[in-house]
Amino acid sequence: MTATKKDPVLVVLQMSGAFDALNTIIPYSDPLYKDYRPHLKVEPEEVLAIDDKVGFHPAMAPIKDMYDEGKVAVIQGIGYPNPIRSHFRSMDIWHTAEPTKMSTEGWLGRAIQDLDPNKENVLTAVNFGRGLPRALAAPGVSVASVGNLETYGVLTGIDGEDQRAEALDIFSRMYSPMVGNGPINDYLSQTGLDALKGADILRTAPEIYSSSIEYGGDMFSQWVKNVAQVHTAGFGTRVLYTGLNPGAFDTHANQPTSFAKLWGEVSRAVNDLYQDLKEHDANQEVVMVLFTEFGRRVQENGSGTDHGSGSVAFVLGDAVKGGLYGEYPSLEPDKLDEGDLKWNNDFRQTYATILDKWLELDDKAILQGEFEQFDFIKK
Amino acid sequence: MADQNHDIALMAHLMRRAGFGAQYAELEERAAKGYDATVEELLNPEVNPHGMDLDVAERCFIEWSHQTRGVPEYFAFRMINSKCQLEEKMVLFWHGILCTADSKTQSYPTSYDEIEMFRSLGMGSFRDLLVGISRDPAMIFFLDNCLSHKGAINENYGRELLELFSMGVGMDGEFNYTEDDVKECARAFTGWTIANNLPGQPYGRYHAQFVYNPEDHDEGIKTFLGETGNFNGEDVIDIIAKQPATARFISRHLYSYFISDEAQVPSWMETPPKDMETIKMLEDEYFRSGYNIKAMLRVLFHSDAFKNARFQRVKSPVETVMGTMRLVGDWTEPKPGFEFIFDEMKHMGQELFNPPSVEGWHTGQEWIDGGTLVHRINFTADFVGNVNQPGVREIIDRLSDVGPVLSPEQMVDETCRLLGHYELAGETRQMMASSLEKGGTIHTDTQEFGNRVSELLQMIVATKEYIYA
Repeated sequence: MTATKKDPVLVVLQMSGAFDALNTIIPYSDPLYKDYRPHLKVEPEEVLAIDDKVGFHPAMAPIKDMYDEGKVAVIQGIGYPNPIRSHFRSMDIWHTAEPTKMSTEGWLGRAIQDLDPNKENVLTAVNFGRGLPRALAAPGVSVASVGNLETYGVLTGIDGEDQRAEALDIFSRMYSPMVGNGPINDYLSQTGLDALKGADILRTAPEIYSSSIEYGGDMFSQWVKNVAQVHTAGFGTRVLYTGLNPGAFDTHANQPTSFAKLWGEVSRAVNDLYQDLKEHDANQEVVMVLFTEFGRRVQENGSGTDHGSGSVAFVLGDAVKGGLYGEYPSLEPDKLDEGDLKWNNDFRQTYATILDKWLELDDKAILQGEFEQFDFIKK
Repeated sequence: MADQNHDIALMAHLMRRAGFGAQYAELEERAAKGYDATVEELLNPEVNPHGMDLDVAERCFIEWSHQTRGVPEYFAFRMINSKCQLEEKMVLFWHGILCTADSKTQSYPTSYDEIEMFRSLGMGSFRDLLVGISRDPAMIFFLDNCLSHKGAINENYGRELLELFSMGVGMDGEFNYTEDDVKECARAFTGWTIANNLPGQPYGRYHAQFVYNPEDHDEGIKTFLGETGNFNGEDVIDIIAKQPATARFISRHLYSYFISDEAQVPSWMETPPKDMETIKMLEDEYFRSGYNIKAMLRVLFHSDAFKNARFQRVKSPVETVMGTMRLVGDWTEPKPGFEFIFDEMKHMGQELFNPPSVEGWHTGQEWIDGGTLVHRINFTADFVGNVNQPGVREIIDRLSDVGPVLSPEQMVDETCRLLGHYELAGETRQMMASSLEKGGTIHTDTQEFGNRVSELLQMIVATKEYIYA
């Protein structure tokens, strides 16, 4: 790509399982915090302080480093109306941007329709993970969904280079719309050919990629590395999506160990991705958003935390105006929502900001409503 | 021979639709017994008590049937192994219509009870099934009927009972009921609640129970769909069951599930059925039989519309995965590692016990997108490409029995036949045959033959044709 201004790219990092917002951005100087969290509290001296009120969990040092460079917007008190404490439904709401009714279309699916209205690029959006998140679903939108970039493709089980080449050649011919009939033949043909074409292009990404960054060995880090590989390969991908496996952050029990381990892996991966993009001079056109489906109960249950509501999200990148956004929800017992942090900004405000100010799309049409925007994108 | 082939092809179709497919030997056996006899056997699951050796499954996987994990896996295991294939297929049918989701109910023991209820009522009177689902603890919690009280109704269940479980919003362009009907329906179900619905933590999971609380039941006069009286829930169900809209709704669902993909449910008010003649036949049988689902199924399986509807439905992910297991002969007994199989259905877009909404899964074309198509093809290809699977071995052996040398066309045709009489487009068949030809003469008595079969099988399951059942 030789364009002087590169197209803006969005990387979405989904933290499934609902991370504990209270121990992520920690209100360490609030005496109530210690009362609610006799076993799970992080000591003030360990907190990576942002100011004299709040700070990052110690396992999040790599993200804190980016924060100190002014590249992280922390969206405190994020949530949605009438919080539902079901992982599945809540995630669905984040995916569809539709808190009151069931919808099958994703907010990013609609964004992709606008980014590539003529379906010129089968790789406008790429998902790394098992199964396609509903956020990316919309009629007529093809999204490549990759479990493992190194081995991604159709009919990967066929051994032998010649046999596989032959099989793929047949595949592409038998998915021609001219072959076969049936009510949805054209749709199946298009989907099959798009998948094959996408796989063909994607397969070249690991081959042309080289980097000094060594990502962690966990699955998430590998997928984040795939994000870097695909972005730096210059396929024109505008939306890259990945996340933790379902339930990863669902720390009902033994929270301290698993929570710190997960944030350690995630934070390192996020920073690695940023450094990797920088090494490839591909950092300025990328904004990342990191979210979870809801927060967790303020009062710990002994060794863990149960499902809550108000949460925190992060928007990261060179184009981001770093700092704290939204208000930290009060810990006063009468200010809690059934024992949970009360949200004070609708997640669609963050979406609207990203869609309008970053991707330069019609946020109102995509979100089917107008939401007050933040000012976390530099103009 | 031609007749026999025709019979087996029809049997393959019946078993794909009324069950989760069958290996060729079973098709031959059933075809010999006859189509009518097989339909009757499928319709009368009591001839095979429990459908399978429950003892083995339950001893090996105690937690499958009772505790915190494994209930969906147990359900899936029964789809593969139950002799009563239609019974399980109907459980899946109702699970996709009278939907609850574990993401909210979070109690597998309670979901287990729901599935058992579908198993016992799923082929009986639809009226009784509606009573069953209205008393189902998972449903009462899922749609908040336990939060609906005399003087303070929660309309959630009352609405979905009408909209998604029995009548549908409208028919032939007209609305089937009013907002007032929804409220009156909800009033009739006040007092239908549950006990023992404990949060999983820290108590563990238990079976919730249905409780009728007369104190909380609204005893007032209600007017519902034009009738007036002091209705309780069962009275409302009696009124629902006799509506033409209910006959239409259930007939369309059966048509879409067993015959040919229909439009998605939300569009049924405006979109007429694809085949009004067959729908009419099913509606008539609904009333003639006193709302009997089994009677409707009998009419359906004997209809020309059914028999001529080969490969007109997109296989659901559950049908794809379960059908593959039955074809290759894997998971005929419990062993560790079933979660992998189970997760594959999820990655293809259908997670048992977690439909995307109370509306159930969207079907047909909507099963397929770039991600799910690749999953579907690779998963199926991996299993049919494994020559160590007993069902694959069987296909190889049967092909070898045809003769020492096969022509490429012969090999393609015979393989499609053994998969259940799949029909490839002429061009597709020719591509496969040319590819085989490049590999040289096909000697069936060589070591290499198995691999050639394996590759061909992988190519066949990757075709557009194989996406359909």
